[in-house]
Amino acid sequence: MSILIDKNTKLLVQGITGREGAFHTEQMLAFGTNLVGGIRPGKGGAEVLGVPVFNTVAEATRETGANAWVSFVPGPASGDAIMEAAAAGIPLLVAITERTPVHDETLVYRYVSEHGARLIGPNCPGLVSSGKSKVGIMPNNLFKEGHVGIVSRSGTLTYEMVNELTRRGIGQSTTVGIGGDPVIGTTFTDVLKLFDADPDTRLVVLIGEIGGTDEELAAEYISSRSGKPVVAFISGRTAPPGKRMGHAGAIITGGQGGPEHKVQAFEQAGVPVMNTIPEVGEKVAEIVGVPAGA
Amino acid sequence: MKLQEYVAKDLLRQAGVPVPAGEVAETPEQAEDIARRLGPVAIKAQVLVGGRGKAGGIKLANTSEEARSAAGQILGMDIKGLTVEKVLVEQQVKIAREYYAGITLDRANHRFLLMLSSMGGVDIEEVAAEHPDAIIRAEIDPAYGLRSFQIRDAMFAAGFDRSASSGLEKIIAGLYRVLDDKDAMLAEINPLSVTDAGEAIAADAKVDIDDSALYRHPELAAYEAESMTDPIELYASQHGVPYVKLDGNIGVIANGAGLAMMTMDVIKRVGGQPANFLDVSGGARAEVVRTAIEIVLMDPKVEGIVMNIFGGITRGDEVARGLLEAAGTMDIKVPIAIRIAGTREEEGRKLLEGTQFTPEPTLVDAARTILRKIGEPAAAGGQR
Repeated sequence: MSILIDKNTKLLVQGITGREGAFHTEQMLAFGTNLVGGIRPGKGGAEVLGVPVFNTVAEATRETGANAWVSFVPGPASGDAIMEAAAAGIPLLVAITERTPVHDETLVYRYVSEHGARLIGPNCPGLVSSGKSKVGIMPNNLFKEGHVGIVSRSGTLTYEMVNELTRRGIGQSTTVGIGGDPVIGTTFTDVLKLFDADPDTRLVVLIGEIGGTDEELAAEYISSRSGKPVVAFISGRTAPPGKRMGHAGAIITGGQGGPEHKVQAFEQAGVPVMNTIPEVGEKVAEIVGVPAGA
Repeated sequence: MKLQEYVAKDLLRQAGVPVPAGEVAETPEQAEDIARRLGPVAIKAQVLVGGRGKAGGIKLANTSEEARSAAGQILGMDIKGLTVEKVLVEQQVKIAREYYAGITLDRANHRFLLMLSSMGGVDIEEVAAEHPDAIIRAEIDPAYGLRSFQIRDAMFAAGFDRSASSGLEKIIAGLYRVLDDKDAMLAEINPLSVTDAGEAIAADAKVDIDDSALYRHPELAAYEAESMTDPIELYASQHGVPYVKLDGNIGVIANGAGLAMMTMDVIKRVGGQPANFLDVSGGARAEVVRTAIEIVLMDPKVEGIVMNIFGGITRGDEVARGLLEAAGTMDIKVPIAIRIAGTREEEGRKLLEGTQFTPEPTLVDAARTILRKIGEPAAAGGQR
């Protein structure tokens, strides 16, 4: 098993005709994702890489029975696109888009929740269930099927983590990039709950960073349940307060979001916080054991 | 993008919020002129750091001559590393009471939050730490906005002066309008004052605009330069490169924000001091790599660079080629240690072997190599 996506995932791509959209459509098809359609208003009836293009999400959903959607549309149009997909009744929405205005994100979050959909992102690399399905922009060749779940606020650092585990012969169930924006649809805690309920995930690697309180809330959740072991990593320990470190959400403000507090919260919850990605790999190997022959 | 006080107050004024009469001066003579028209004034340094009052950046002047001399002292002053280039010359107001009003993003709740406190004029973080009960909060539903009744509820709960309540309510509504209309991440009036005459007025203001929404506000583009507190950060921003200047001497270039932060952290862990954050996500093209190196080297303190690249969809060999091509067009005088991993890592390494960019096996090795090359002792720990 896995969480959120698997072989039954039928994916639509918003902005399929754009440069990014077309490139990653090709990559997702190569991964084996069941990509059933794309949307580009005004280009309905066309095809991209053999995938049918529709004018609206509602039409695409009706015609294909899609149950997941990923968006590459730019920030200014991103909020509206997510609302269109939620209105069409798609349960899983993934927004890769960077630079979505925060005021739009607050409204979108409310709208998506009201429509009972789950939003991942914005400003995320998407997710991969190893050997089953990929939604988003993570590199195809890093993954190996297995039992470690990964949840992360960062893109490249997630790839590093997957690479590190795969190199050690340790596979992953699902890898989820939740996004680097200050307002995101799915939190660490949301994903931890899903992993806790997934019989195929034995351990979770959590990659946090400075900014906000999502790591602290995750630590609180971890303390409150007797679930699977979690190993954490926090980046930005040397980041100064008041400065945005690339991600819109990676900023220490108003005395909140500093690294010490996050590390402390995890340690109190019994979660080891490692200093480098190879150390995380080593800790994971110690807990789950390395498969024979690896 | 943080706005200077005078810009924030202009936005509030346009939203119907009373602010003290005032104008900006860039010379003592201008300050004198303004004071002649306004009477007794306060001269306030326009710098984007806290604590400017304690640093001597705010002075009262009762005559135009005093205004000239006070402005002369403040203009050019260094406040926490920033040079004062502008002062706000503002009519003095007689304050009876000081409150706090701020609207900020409550990330965990996915909503903006109004915060009021009768303990104004001091840092709200201090109030939150020492008197958490003194802050009254009201959640703002993005679909309905901040409603008047919510403002009144919060005001009375916070113990705001009843006799000035209609003026205060109007100011808080105006504050929300600025936040909403201008896509602010933070809009704050501190102190929110009631004068001896019983009138409510915004005595100081802070507004921080969401960078992702600036395209909707071309009227604010003119303030970008003065919102940047560092010339290298301004240059990087104009070139679309996420860069933050730090205090150390080891430059950082990595592809990805998380990776760049981790690189900083590892440099520190092995005993070095990172000079910057830089995310070179724009792919592997030589042009992008060149711009990144150029930006890092604008900081004269930089003695060496750690470059940390993870080949994802951008392949390791493409990155290596981009780096060699960029370096071929530049005169790089500091050592660069590179760590490259991920897709086509071997091919990338082979291309770099024997060049000035001979790759290091791990990030920790790269950080240690740079420390050695610049002659600083590495700390124990961080073996990998």
